[in-house]
Amino acid sequence: MKKTIVAFLTTVLIFTACSSEEGDKPSGRANEKLAAKFGLTVFEYENGIGPIKEKLNIPAEIDQIMAQSGKEIFDAKCTQCHKINERYTGPALGDVTKRRSPEYIMNMILNPTEMTQKHPEAKKLLGLYATQMTFQNVSKEDARKILEYLRSVSN
Amino acid sequence: MGVIIVSAAFSGCAPSNEEGDFSGAASKVYVAPGKYDEFYAFMSGGFNGQLTVYGLPSGRLFKIISVFSQNPETGYGYSEETKPMLMTSYGFVPWDDAHHPELSQTDGVPDGRWIFINANNTTRVARIDLSTFETAEIIEIPNSAGNHGSPFVTENTEYVIASTRFSVPVPNRDVPIDSYKENFKGTLSFIKVDPEKGNMEIAFQILVPGFDYDLAHAGKGPSHGWAFFTSYNSEQANTLLEINASQNDKDFIAAVNWKLAEKYLAEGKAKKINTEYYRNYFDEDKQKAFSEKRSSVYVLNPKDCPGMIYYLPTPKSPHGVDVDPTGEYIVAGGKLATVIPVHSFSKMLKAIENKEFDGEIDGIPILKYDAVIAGEVENPGLGPLHTEFDGKGYAYTSAFISSEIVKWKLGTWEVVDRIPTYYSIGHLMIPGGDSKKPWGKYVVALNKITKDRYLPTGPELCQSAQLIDISGDKMQLLLDFPTIGEPHYAQGIPAEILMKRNKKFYELEKNSHPDKTASEKETRVERKGNEIHVYMTATRTHFKPDNIEGVKVGDRVYFHITNLEQDWDIPHGFAVKGLNNSELLIMPGQTKTIEWVPQKEGIYPFYCTDFCSALHQEMQGYVRVSSKNSNVELSFN
Ligand SMILES: [Cu+2]
Repeated sequence: MKKTIVAFLTTVLIFTACSSEEGDKPSGRANEKLAAKFGLTVFEYENGIGPIKEKLNIPAEIDQIMAQSGKEIFDAKCTQCHKINERYTGPALGDVTKRRSPEYIMNMILNPTEMTQKHPEAKKLLGLYATQMTFQNVSKEDARKILEYLRSVSN
Repeated sequence: MGVIIVSAAFSGCAPSNEEGDFSGAASKVYVAPGKYDEFYAFMSGGFNGQLTVYGLPSGRLFKIISVFSQNPETGYGYSEETKPMLMTSYGFVPWDDAHHPELSQTDGVPDGRWIFINANNTTRVARIDLSTFETAEIIEIPNSAGNHGSPFVTENTEYVIASTRFSVPVPNRDVPIDSYKENFKGTLSFIKVDPEKGNMEIAFQILVPGFDYDLAHAGKGPSHGWAFFTSYNSEQANTLLEINASQNDKDFIAAVNWKLAEKYLAEGKAKKINTEYYRNYFDEDKQKAFSEKRSSVYVLNPKDCPGMIYYLPTPKSPHGVDVDPTGEYIVAGGKLATVIPVHSFSKMLKAIENKEFDGEIDGIPILKYDAVIAGEVENPGLGPLHTEFDGKGYAYTSAFISSEIVKWKLGTWEVVDRIPTYYSIGHLMIPGGDSKKPWGKYVVALNKITKDRYLPTGPELCQSAQLIDISGDKMQLLLDFPTIGEPHYAQGIPAEILMKRNKKFYELEKNSHPDKTASEKETRVERKGNEIHVYMTATRTHFKPDNIEGVKVGDRVYFHITNLEQDWDIPHGFAVKGLNNSELLIMPGQTKTIEWVPQKEGIYPFYCTDFCSALHQEMQGYVRVSSKNSNVELSFN
């Protein structure tokens, strides 16, 4: 058990370190093993389960227009549960783009129920917050905009 | 030993006509967990004023749709948004007696868009939207009393038709009741339905002699363009009807050529009568109901409209009138008749052409019975009432007095099978059984009196429905199940037709309720004189605001609550201690408002009533109510 956690933390660290680098797949042996353990593909393990099935081409520079419209959607559909800098119904999201890959964030927005059923990280958070995250009828495009907003407030 | 005694005693009590192996029946109605029923059945709630939704073949109850009666479960008729649905020219009427659900049709086949149902008592017709299973519209029928023969649809839902059971003065006024014969009239109403939105308007009414008009059905196929209405009390008695209205050997089915009526209307033959009635509708985008008052209606008099209406003589106090899938046969069910008379539509047209009349009443020609009758079903059971069809050439008639369903063949009129019901069947229903294309797999018996059938539940016994397999030559009883209220009439439709259309939540973007709170940032409490408006949001698992201070005794507090969820099956509830009203149940994306006038100082908790998540119990808050002249500032968080 302990070992798993250690291995897990390691992968998270590796993963976090690499995730901002475009197209660079942190697909070590450990991830393959872990993914298999949870019945996931390596991609799913690293990037979540949902409609985003491959790495997206996300430029390093933030698209401010997209981020602004992402903020509007976030304010309307997410703020009842998420704040940027404090824990609320769900976790604070100011640092989420550091913790998770862009694809993972979008899959979590677009497919929260399956994520909390099948993905070990999402499961863990469900245990911690005790509230099922809901799908807020957000389109793929809107999820991308929310992601851009979250990137813009990254701290 | 004990077992033997018990089983012997038990079989001694069981109705002898029900012996046999029911294990086959059980497997035919078993729907495994997670599997869907094949049909939705919509059964009237009778005197509870609602419409209930069951699955077939399981008999499982899915929902009670609030229609004509207030429902504290959802706040229907209590919330500010839905109170207008129950407005009438008699004021707010929070109850009614609902009888005949009728699915909308396209080309004579149920299409799953809407279902209509009548209110007998304070005469109304409702339209329920089957994408939401919610009441979308209620229209009052003027010049009517006892809106019983209603609401039956024409082949493409051009019209919903409605006839008046109790004749009354038209327009209604203060007259001696014994002036019945001069002053009392019946009306047959044609409600036009907007083909896109379903909105209803009364296009015209036909003024008819003061009989009791009981039930109706529209023609189909060759008889499309006609509608048929039964009547009793052609004696026009107004006292002790059980004797005085049963004198004549034959009463009538009124056959109305509504296409011709449309033409007369266009030609200006109708008289505009001043009368007051309401049309109420629910605006889904505004999440709010509105009432509109109407002040007149067009009335056609048969005397001015030759060829528009004929009487078909029909023995004896006919109750149901049902048109077979081909549109040729018009079957009457006579409460007191010993045979089932079946009229022929083609013979009727010929008789009209040849003027084979037997006199007339108030300008309405009476056709000769022998000229229009296609056949009579002999020995159809006692008190035959209603007939549905299986689409395979057979008809099924309910017999109220002898408590049975009788199956007979169209064309030969011979009875081929019968099965007892428990007990006192009124209507019966085959999914699509009054349409052009029945799904003739089951017939459902809708029973009134069920003594000895269920465990007793006090002086009031269950009413019930029974599911009978009609796929083979012999009818087979599969299941019986208790119902909510009186299962007066019902409609059935394959579930797959409705499931495709099912709405899962209301989109927040479309919510244009004037008191919507679009996000937690907009939550606030405002005072306007002695009114307090709380703009509140609900989400898993909190309300915002959750503490409110500065409310005073006697303030009119309006909680406008928006459920911010956008996933289905996450309603939130809302209730405040001492609220002299009801709770609210707010669907995802909806805004609802409830009024509260606190009478005493103190702390009032409010909470979510619908279990929404693990932290549902934490979904709560407080309102502090201070004295009328206190100086506690309005505040919230
Ligand atoms: Cu709740």
